Amino acid sequence: MITFESVTKRYADGTVAVDRLSLEAPTGEITVFVGPSGCGKTTSLRMINRMIDPTEGRILLDGTDVTTIDPPQLRRGIGYVIQQAGLFPHRKIVDNVATVPYLLGWDRKKARDRAMELLERVGLDLKLAGRYPFQLSGGQQQRVGVARALAADPPVLLMDEPFSAVDPIVRTSLQDELIRLQSELQKTIVFVTHDIDEAIKLGDRVAVLRVGGRLAQLADPKTLLSEPADDFVRDFLGRDRGIRRLQFFGTDGLELSDPADTSGAWTLRMADGRPSGWARADGSGPLEPYGTFVPGRDSLRTALDAALLTPAGAAVAVDGDGRVVGVVRRETLEAALAEAADE
Amino acid sequence: MDEEPLFRWSWVASNWDNDTPNSIVNLLGAHIVMAGLPILLGLLVALPLGLACVRWRWLYQPVAGLMNAIYALPSLALFMILLSVTGAERTTVIIPLTFYAVAVLIPAVVDGLGSVPDHVRQSAVAMGYTPLRRLLGVELPIAVPVVLAGLRVVAVSSISLVSVGALIGQGGLGNFFTDAYQRDFYTPAIAGIVLIVLLALVADGLILLAQRLLTPWVRARRST
Repeated sequence: MITFESVTKRYADGTVAVDRLSLEAPTGEITVFVGPSGCGKTTSLRMINRMIDPTEGRILLDGTDVTTIDPPQLRRGIGYVIQQAGLFPHRKIVDNVATVPYLLGWDRKKARDRAMELLERVGLDLKLAGRYPFQLSGGQQQRVGVARALAADPPVLLMDEPFSAVDPIVRTSLQDELIRLQSELQKTIVFVTHDIDEAIKLGDRVAVLRVGGRLAQLADPKTLLSEPADDFVRDFLGRDRGIRRLQFFGTDGLELSDPADTSGAWTLRMADGRPSGWARADGSGPLEPYGTFVPGRDSLRTALDAALLTPAGAAVAVDGDGRVVGVVRRETLEAALAEAADE
Repeated sequence: MDEEPLFRWSWVASNWDNDTPNSIVNLLGAHIVMAGLPILLGLLVALPLGLACVRWRWLYQPVAGLMNAIYALPSLALFMILLSVTGAERTTVIIPLTFYAVAVLIPAVVDGLGSVPDHVRQSAVAMGYTPLRRLLGVELPIAVPVVLAGLRVVAVSSISLVSVGALIGQGGLGNFFTDAYQRDFYTPAIAGIVLIVLLALVADGLILLAQRLLTPWVRARRST
């Protein structure tokens, strides 16, 4: 666990970057620092591994004040990922990943074996191991950066806007990859971003910081969306909070109706167990489009979206293979939405 | 009277290695020593000075100014000044050329270290490098291409400048120029020029080769 105890960072010119910040980043969870530029999020992150030392207050790593630990020693036990990956251009990918094991004095073979294992783990082709960083795409470099941070298996991982410099499609896949990795590794992660959607997607807890380095709100994403502490947080969260909040509600409890039921205004037509479209009860007009979700895997937001895409107003529940398992009627969805709003 | 040819090959044959101090082989050797030592010494001096200029930024402007002033001094004048101290020895040529080498290489070292991207330096810090290990393991290797580019300039200019030493009798292959002038016989001068140019090309090629071997990642970068 990382604990900030009333941490202040004041520079010589009087600028206050971080102002009496107190919070905890629990073990095994992702804590996101989010806020506009000048909110001190990166400064706060860098005080954890002593790239910057606080002016006042303390930062504890599992109860130990980090300023009592020799910086290089401390840093070798904390993974670090930055925006442009920061790979060493003169070292091959495998040696980049093995950086911290080398620093810790592992023998070369062991360090390289570990590096190869990690390249595989972050989803990189092992053929890239012998290349140099400039031969890799931005997304690949960023994966190498994550592998390098994990090489010595540190319990703590600091990530400073790691996915900001890549295009949106790559960013989404890197985010998904991080969520997958974290479910396997359960590291204590502090993640800095200016992108509130990224914060909501990745964070177990989100700390919203305001300019001047003050904590505006610390909450889990669901609470943040439903109960922003003040206007600043509300503005920062942006529009559609209600819809976005639905992604934190599951679809396990949704009542599924029989897809073969023809009593309503709309009937689901199927072919070979898969949906082909919605038909009007009187059989007039063409088949209308349908939307699907996978109960249990997808969120209420996805289910609602599936229902909104069709005039039938119902969502088609399918299994992982796309076979119809049921239909969620508008009334069922409305009840679920009301329940979510209540929570 | 026979027309004197522009280049008399028999001179080359009889002067190639005739056990006199002014044989082609001996002067070539002297030339390599007088040009080579300043290159090596220059690198040895410029490296710590360049590092100091990076570490203490305020140092760089005065040092660079001083070095430029030295570089502006005519080599012949320096030879003459040193002549009274070190005599008509190789040292009299080697010292000024070393100064020139240092003057070119300090900015090369400073620029080389400046070419290390900030995010690379930051990530080295964050990985837990100690300052010395970071310098040796990350910053200097990344500075190598820029330093070697400076070294190529130094190598070629040193090899060329040695010949000015001929005016105090220590010009390496440059001694052939004064010889040719005094005797109104151009074969030694042509031989000297050709050998100096060849020497410069070989030195340049060797440094280029060293660069290829030391920094494969630069070539890798170009090929993408």
